[in-house]
Amino acid sequence: MSTGAVRGTFGEYGGRYVPETLVAALDELEEAVPRITGSQAFRDELDHLLRNYAGRPSPLYFAERTTRDLGGAKVYLKREDLVHTGAHKINNVLGQALLARHMGKPRVIAETGAGQHGVATATACALLGLECEVFMGEEDVQRQALNVFKMELLGATVHPVTCGSRTLKDAINEAMRDWVTNVNSTYYCIGSVMGPHPYPTLVRDFQRVIGLEAREQILAAEGRLPDVLVACVGGGSNAMGLFHPFCDDEGVEMVGVEPAGEGLNTPRHGATLGSGVKGILHGQRTIVLSDDDGQILPAHSVSAGLDYPGVGPEHAYLRDIGRARYVSATDAEALDSFQYLSRTEGIVPALETAHAVAEVRRLAPTLSKDAIIVMNLSGRGDKDAPQVRELLAGKGSAGH
Amino acid sequence: MGRIGDAFDRLRAAGERAFVPFVTAGDPDLETTEALVLAMDRAGADIIEIGVPFSDPTADGPTIQRASERALAGGVSLRRVLESVRRLRDETDAALVLMGYANPYLAMGEQGFARAAAEVGVDGVIVPDLPPEEGHALYSALEEHGVDGILLAAPTTTPERMAQLCEQTRGFLYYVSLTGVTSARAELAAGLEESVRRIRADAKVPVCVGFGISTPEQARQVGSYADGVVVGSAIVDRIEAAPDRAAIVDDVARFVAEMKDVLR
Repeated sequence: MSTGAVRGTFGEYGGRYVPETLVAALDELEEAVPRITGSQAFRDELDHLLRNYAGRPSPLYFAERTTRDLGGAKVYLKREDLVHTGAHKINNVLGQALLARHMGKPRVIAETGAGQHGVATATACALLGLECEVFMGEEDVQRQALNVFKMELLGATVHPVTCGSRTLKDAINEAMRDWVTNVNSTYYCIGSVMGPHPYPTLVRDFQRVIGLEAREQILAAEGRLPDVLVACVGGGSNAMGLFHPFCDDEGVEMVGVEPAGEGLNTPRHGATLGSGVKGILHGQRTIVLSDDDGQILPAHSVSAGLDYPGVGPEHAYLRDIGRARYVSATDAEALDSFQYLSRTEGIVPALETAHAVAEVRRLAPTLSKDAIIVMNLSGRGDKDAPQVRELLAGKGSAGH
Repeated sequence: MGRIGDAFDRLRAAGERAFVPFVTAGDPDLETTEALVLAMDRAGADIIEIGVPFSDPTADGPTIQRASERALAGGVSLRRVLESVRRLRDETDAALVLMGYANPYLAMGEQGFARAAAEVGVDGVIVPDLPPEEGHALYSALEEHGVDGILLAAPTTTPERMAQLCEQTRGFLYYVSLTGVTSARAELAAGLEESVRRIRADAKVPVCVGFGISTPEQARQVGSYADGVVVGSAIVDRIEAAPDRAAIVDDVARFVAEMKDVLR
């Protein structure tokens, strides 16, 4: 499938909607990516790190008890929760941090929502001897205090962002401001398949390892491709990583699960593809949550990592051409599925991932027993345990 | 030629440089903004930039971010800013330029916005997150309706690209003095004079310099080699600090007169 054909566009989405100061930096990156990441030396180095440092390949686990309980399709879980730092984010940051080093950029900045991308970036920077500064919304700093501590432990500086809605979108704004200011020395390590070209393609290509492995693994286990892929979508990097290697396999259905928060009929959700409009945010043309006047609306989700009023432009494109479909799960469904997977499989999923679990629980019973679902278990839920504990005790609010 | 071109003709004939103040529309309310625009015009401003507030102003520092938040909290929208310009147009012939991020224009539709802007009397539009490669629909719609699409250039812009930007911009070229976001700064960027002189040597359009300029002394220096000086955060700081509307208008008018003085 030829997505990304014309200078970083996916159909009408993508592009580079950035201040002029960043144009040269994006040109530099665009030139560096194929030259550096295409070299055998880079690929060997990254492969070595993914294998021996991050613990790839991650297993494709047949969730037998879940399958039996749901009484329909066979459910396989791609265990990204088992890779180093506990989520798929490491795949991307090892690639980008290596790239930064090859480009001679001593300083790496990143934004983070749940803190997973921040922790992963801090980890890769510690490993590769790069300076690391992470921007994180003040609200998320409070929700994810453990991850803030981890980043600091790993030698990163965490900047709480106090402007706007104090969540992921504002952290991205602040990271972009830092990048504009320190553009010559700094590499901006974006955490999802979003932002100005070439980031959506760059991040996707580092995350494709998920789908490439899953493809081989399911062929080995079942001798055929799966019927459905399911993954949660905030910016959409774990979903794109799983989906992309299957894009040309027409028989493989792809389902992204967005956060419906307190419900799509309320203003408190983050289902961009479900209810957003075309717009421009964070350097890309994509689907955004926006009012009639073009002001970006704050997203809401119980999971900080899905709390984003935009979505990667390639997802917008896959939706428009009908190659992938996007559904949503509410905060309550995610919380329920967080517990469900814990009890059924002994796997505590991230709250983000729990949205995908909710969809699998709806979908599997409607399919025949010989159908196969592969769900991306994008991250582990340890980080969410304190928040969920409070929510279940009826104390905390479901987010902000 | 429009009011922007006329302004530079007049300045050239008088041997002056342009002073281009910026205020965010609706900071603290649209009535004050309108009073400010008229006062700045009388105080000697040559071209006036009116900021269209946006929820995610990635090219702005804390001062203008706060101004945007104040304006949005007051319910200001692009449509209301255009209505405000229509009222101002009855009272002033000053060149008025809107500066704001791409998404509100896109939400209105490029053609619809360009038509409305021309109709109410907007002379130019600056969109900090819309480089010409991505802005074809908007910039051509503006051109069609006789509104100047003013492009920005930066210290990181390559010489080849600079030549293109000078070719494609309308009204003037807005040169960003530093790699960074808007905000008042104590020092001018190193190498600014040399960069601006080099651009002006080839540019067929006037070159105005903005970002980080806050004092008459800085304006005097920049005015010695640029066609104009843009000042935003230093004005918004005064708006933020003044106790009431009368004080806001007085303080800003006095500051504008002082800045324009050094550019004559």
